Amino acid sequence: MKTREITVTVNGRKRTVTVEVRRTLADFLREDLGLTATHLGCEHGVCGACTVVVDGHTERSCTQLAVQADGREITTVEGLAGPDGELHPVQQALRDNHSFQCGFCTPGFVMSIYGMCEEKKAGRSVPCSRAAIREELSGNICRCTGYQSIVDGAEAALAGAGSDTGKDA
Amino acid sequence: MKPPVFDYVSPATLEEAIQALSAPDDGDVKVLAGGQSLVPLLNLRLSQPGLIVDINGLDELTGITEEAGYLTVGALVRQREAELSDVVRTACPLLHEAIPLIGHTAIRNRGTVGGSIAHADPAAELPTVAACLDAELVARGPGGERTIPAADFFTGFFTTALAEDEILTAVRVRSVGPATGAAYEEVARRHGDFAMAGVAAQVRLDGDTVAEARIAISGVDLAPVRATKAEAALAGRTVDDSILDEAADAAVADLSPSSDLHGSAAYRKHVAGVLIRKAVAAAAARAREAR
Repeated sequence: MKTREITVTVNGRKRTVTVEVRRTLADFLREDLGLTATHLGCEHGVCGACTVVVDGHTERSCTQLAVQADGREITTVEGLAGPDGELHPVQQALRDNHSFQCGFCTPGFVMSIYGMCEEKKAGRSVPCSRAAIREELSGNICRCTGYQSIVDGAEAALAGAGSDTGKDA
Repeated sequence: MKPPVFDYVSPATLEEAIQALSAPDDGDVKVLAGGQSLVPLLNLRLSQPGLIVDINGLDELTGITEEAGYLTVGALVRQREAELSDVVRTACPLLHEAIPLIGHTAIRNRGTVGGSIAHADPAAELPTVAACLDAELVARGPGGERTIPAADFFTGFFTTALAEDEILTAVRVRSVGPATGAAYEEVARRHGDFAMAGVAAQVRLDGDTVAEARIAISGVDLAPVRATKAEAALAGRTVDDSILDEAADAAVADLSPSSDLHGSAAYRKHVAGVLIRKAVAAAAARAREAR
C-alpha cells in the first residue's frame, strides 16, 4: 500500500487526509496542511528545526512518517499563539530576550522550550539551571546567536511556567 | 532527502507482523519501531526497503516489569519512558545512567529501547549496556520465541543474530542486588552525537573488594566489546588508582579501533582507557554507597 488515509488533530483541528506512506510528518504538515512554520534543516533528526509536540511530547517531525501520526494530536508553533494573535508566554519570553536572529531555527526552539515548560507544569523533573537548559537545548541548532539569548529566553519561560520541582534532570 | 517509495503495513498483532516479515517478493523488509535511525536512513536513501513493517501498534511489546530477579523492558518501550522509570533506576542503574546520553529528549521520546539494540550501532549506548550486562534478548519468529544472550546477539557492524523474519520483543537483565553501582561514560564531539568511545561499567562489591566487575566498550570495534581482561584484573581487588590503571591497560591492549574523521585509532584507544578508569571508579563509588 503506497497511500493511506489518516486522521490527525493538528493545533486543535481534526484533519482527514490521504497521504503517501513515504511522506514524513514534517512534509505532511508543510506541504499537505500548509503549516510551513515547522522548518526542515537537516532532515535526519540532528538540527531540531522540525520539532513539534505529539501527544504531549516533543518529537522530531522529520524522523517519523505521517501515517504514524494517525489518531494522534499534534501541536506546531502555529498552535501556540492565542486566537487574537496574542503570543504564548514561551514566545513572549523569547521575544523579550531577543532570543532569535534569522529565525530559521526558531520554531524548533520554541517547541522544545514549550515542551520543557509543559513537562514542568505537569510536575515532571525538568532542568532549570542554565547548564541544564543548555544541555536540554543541545538538540536544537542555531547558527546565528551563540545561544546566550536563547538560554536567557528559555530561563525566563521556565521561570514563568508553574512551580520549580527543584530537580535538575 | 526524502524517503524512497515503499509499501507499508502496520500490523495489530505480533503474529501478523512476523507474517509480514516472512512475506516473499518484497525485497528488503525493514521493521520500523521508533524510527530514529531508520527514518534518517530512509531520508538519506541509505536504506531503500521494499516493505516497511511498522510495529508501533503492538501493545504486547510495551511495558516495563520486574519479576523474580529480572527486569524486562518491552522492545517498544520509548527510551524516555525507561529513563524516567523508577523500576529501571533501581533494577538496572546502568540503563538509567546510559539513556540520557542517547540523542536528545525529542529523540528519546520517540526512540525505543529495542530499536536501538536491534539497529546495533557499535557506538550506541544501549547495545553497549546489553553487552555489559549480558542481557537476554527475546526474539519471536515463525518458529516461536527464543532468547539470545547479548554475547551472541551482536555479530558485526550493524548486524545481529536476528533472522529476517524475527522481531526483538523484549530485553531482559538480572536486577541488581545491594552493593552494586553502575556508570556510563562517553566522549562525543557534541552532546547527543554518537560517541567516539564509550564505557559501560557495573561493579558489585564484597566488603571493599570487587566481587564482580562488568565492562563494555563502544565505538572501538564493529560491535560493543566486553573488556573481560579488565574485569578479571579487578576481581577480588580494592579499587584504587593503580588497579584502575591496570584494568584500563589490560582492556586497551586488546583494542584495535579504526580511524575516521572523528578520531584516530590511537586517540580512540586513549579515550577508551581514560573512560574505563572514570566509569569503573564511579561505579565502585556508587556500589560503596549502595552497601
